[in-house]
Amino acid sequence: MNVIVVNGKEYEIRPEHESLTLLQFLREELHLTGTKNGCAEGTCGACTVLVDQKAVRSCRFKLAKAAGAEVLTVEGLIREDGSLHPVQQAFIDAGAVQCGFCTPGMIMSALDLLYKNPEPDRESIRKALRGNLCRCTGYQSIVDAVELASKRMMTAHITHQYGQ
Amino acid sequence: MKNCFRNDALQKVCGTARFADDLSFPEMAHSVPVYSDFVHARITAVRVEEAQNMPGVLAVQTWKDVPGALCAGQINQDYPILVKDRIRSTGDVVAVVTAESRAQALAAAEKVTVEAKPLPVILDTEEAIKQGAVVIPEGLPGNIINHHKVRRGNPESRMNDAELIIEEFFETPLVEHAYMEPECGICVPRDDGVLEIYGSVQHPFSTRRFVCAYLGRPLASVVVHSHAVGGSFGGKDDTASIVCARAALAATALGRPVKMLYDRPWSMRESYKRNPYKMWYKAGFAKDGRLVSVISRTLSDSGAYTSTTPWSTWRSAAQNIGPYVLEDIKADVYGVATNNIFTGAMRGFGSPQTNFAFEQIMDMAAEKLDLSPLEIRRRNAVTDGSTTITGQVLDDHTVSLVEVMEKTASSIGFEEKLKQSSHGVPGKDGKLYGAGIACSYRGCSIGAEGKDFCCATVNVQFDGSIVMDVSVFENGQGAPSAMIILTSEMLGVPVEKIHYQASSTASIPDGGTTVASRGTLVGGGAIKDAVDKLKVIIAEALKAELVDEGEEIEFRDNRIYGSRGRSLSWEEAGRKMYLARVYPFAFGTFQAPPVTWDEENGQGDAYFSYVYSSQAVEVEVDPEKGSCRVLNIVASHDIGKAVNPPMLAGQIHGGIVQGAGMALSEKFLVDEQGKALSLNFSKYKIPRATDYPDITAHIIENPDPLSPTGVKGIGEPALELISPAIANAVAAATGQRLTSLPLDIKSLHLKESE
Ligand code: FES
Ligand code: FES
Repeated sequence: MNVIVVNGKEYEIRPEHESLTLLQFLREELHLTGTKNGCAEGTCGACTVLVDQKAVRSCRFKLAKAAGAEVLTVEGLIREDGSLHPVQQAFIDAGAVQCGFCTPGMIMSALDLLYKNPEPDRESIRKALRGNLCRCTGYQSIVDAVELASKRMMTAHITHQYGQ
Repeated sequence: MKNCFRNDALQKVCGTARFADDLSFPEMAHSVPVYSDFVHARITAVRVEEAQNMPGVLAVQTWKDVPGALCAGQINQDYPILVKDRIRSTGDVVAVVTAESRAQALAAAEKVTVEAKPLPVILDTEEAIKQGAVVIPEGLPGNIINHHKVRRGNPESRMNDAELIIEEFFETPLVEHAYMEPECGICVPRDDGVLEIYGSVQHPFSTRRFVCAYLGRPLASVVVHSHAVGGSFGGKDDTASIVCARAALAATALGRPVKMLYDRPWSMRESYKRNPYKMWYKAGFAKDGRLVSVISRTLSDSGAYTSTTPWSTWRSAAQNIGPYVLEDIKADVYGVATNNIFTGAMRGFGSPQTNFAFEQIMDMAAEKLDLSPLEIRRRNAVTDGSTTITGQVLDDHTVSLVEVMEKTASSIGFEEKLKQSSHGVPGKDGKLYGAGIACSYRGCSIGAEGKDFCCATVNVQFDGSIVMDVSVFENGQGAPSAMIILTSEMLGVPVEKIHYQASSTASIPDGGTTVASRGTLVGGGAIKDAVDKLKVIIAEALKAELVDEGEEIEFRDNRIYGSRGRSLSWEEAGRKMYLARVYPFAFGTFQAPPVTWDEENGQGDAYFSYVYSSQAVEVEVDPEKGSCRVLNIVASHDIGKAVNPPMLAGQIHGGIVQGAGMALSEKFLVDEQGKALSLNFSKYKIPRATDYPDITAHIIENPDPLSPTGVKGIGEPALELISPAIANAVAAATGQRLTSLPLDIKSLHLKESE
């Protein structure tokens, strides 16, 4: 039996679902509608999720390929105590949210970047978000948000390691 | 960094905000549209039998199944919900297929066939207005759907006095809104016969009008709800409403909830876009750089249907030469029908095109007269007390054009940067460098195009919490957040105390459409009125307890204060008022100050006030690659008053980047038969995160006395002048001028060998 772990929960991949894209499975079968469909051709990034910690475009990712993998969607970021992930908080604080349709995908791409490069400069942030389209913000406040998240995460990390 | 306030940010970063396609209802069926391969043709037969017999199919509906009007529209009632006997554009829909699942509906849609006799296809406005051209609109003698004029002074004779005459033709393309969320409409029939509509729509009241027209129902029998919308930029009115109407058509036939979700290619194919323009300008200047005469003619492509072309072209007439003083002008702006995808409202609404033309003319004249681009603008700029080309005297607000231009110029170091520009001679690295500037003024709100009013309610609850409802809708721009901030300031309460009602067409009267950057201005005006009334009610109810004769009650620091140390919390006040059988509830309205317009001569007070803007850029042109990179962008806007500065900056950044896309990369392509080619983002290039640099935005605040809150608006001013700023910078870099959009750098002869 094929399984897939989404936001820490295990689901069975039934044979009739194998031909679905990961995006269809998330939205239509699991009702995780935070992940968006902007183009279904792999060019807008609205559908970005993490598969085994790497950003993928779920509209072009066959569910069968995700068998056995761990998937993280925007719904999986909020912590058990209800507090936000620093990237989410930074998107709010920096005014990076307008219509919000690109936001889940942007946040997932930002996470992918921060895993690889915890202290990116603006240039690297812009490069990392190149695959995510946003029509509202002109990207600047999104870059601000990722910078802010990185700063806060580094500070938290240092306090955590050397604090007290 | 000042944190941004948005009442909808939390759910949007958590993925719990519900956009239309995120909603589903029990027993919900799915509808899809059926297009034909024709662009312009007379239909002889639509065959649906095979589709009807496909698995899961519940209904295949054609024009015969439409209970109300076949055609509806914002101005002319000409857009068919389903075409009857004539296809006029590639976006026309002939049938709606509804099935248990979307996959079944899609499979069945393939089986609908259309037979038709092709008609000549006209894609060019000049062709369309020729004698003998096939007439596209129903019931009109020709393809001209509207004509706006400006007639002032004696432009012909004054042209003879000009020292310099610039004559130039400019052209702008079909531009797609490219909101990230495609259209989606859901209709849920209620047991009492009312239709509940959810949809990715810009203005629920407009959607309600479309739905009721096509379904032949009274307005009160349809409720359109508001919820998260993934961007509109003017683009989610007609088409998005018609998608909702098609869902309603299926839902009423089946007695079940129906969702109609558009995929991106359908959205690109069918939804209206920005009008392409052809503009011929002849501008005469005196030796000292002052404008003496302008004669202009503009053809605006409305596509196959009218939508708002008569309004957007009106703005092109009223703002025909930008923010300059001129006594003698003759301008003609025509809306022309073609077989292109129809066009209508898009952020900027008829001014980005004319600004692209005239702001280049100003630079061309400056160069010929050996003036700097700043100096020629200073000499012609409107200032306090100036008269516009429509005869309006600007004497009741601060006319800050020169102030904003100087701000932009000094911030970017314009004069210096212009001197460093390459003017066609590459630097050591082989690149060409240039700086450019542009200015604009933008009439606030909708002006003489339509009726300008809005309303709001403020409703204090038993426990002192506050519900507000404003007839202004969230499209992503953050209008409700601005409303909450304004109310919190007026009542002296924290924003957390105020809950914004997700307004529906049943919760508040129609407040006019969410267009023309008017939300904060008119909504704020209505709130101010409601809050003023509410304060009177509260004061009346509590005065015995809080103040002595002749003293005033104060609203601050989250409390209601009287004299001699007496005060109440909102919770205490709420309880006391309810126990005294007083409703702390007020309904406020705002009516824009009167405007006037004479269609015959294009004279009148077109708008009650104006936003003044100036933007400048630095660019680098690579002659080898034929590419242009924008290195720096500075923008200054006098928007009256900033309510939510971080969000305002976001509007400026977003508008500029959208406008820069129009300047350098965006052109919606159709083939020679009028079929859409740019059906997805791989074929329609909107700006990506790496394409433009950080923007420096200066917000200038000269509160507007005619706006109750001092606010004017920013959504559109941000977009309307970046393309000429970039074009002027490219000219400074290359020494050559590009007069059509998007700027085709490759078409310039830049390499030395050439
Ligand atoms: S929806 Fe997957 S990239 Fe656009
Ligand atoms: S916030 Fe609207 S698309 Fe990014």
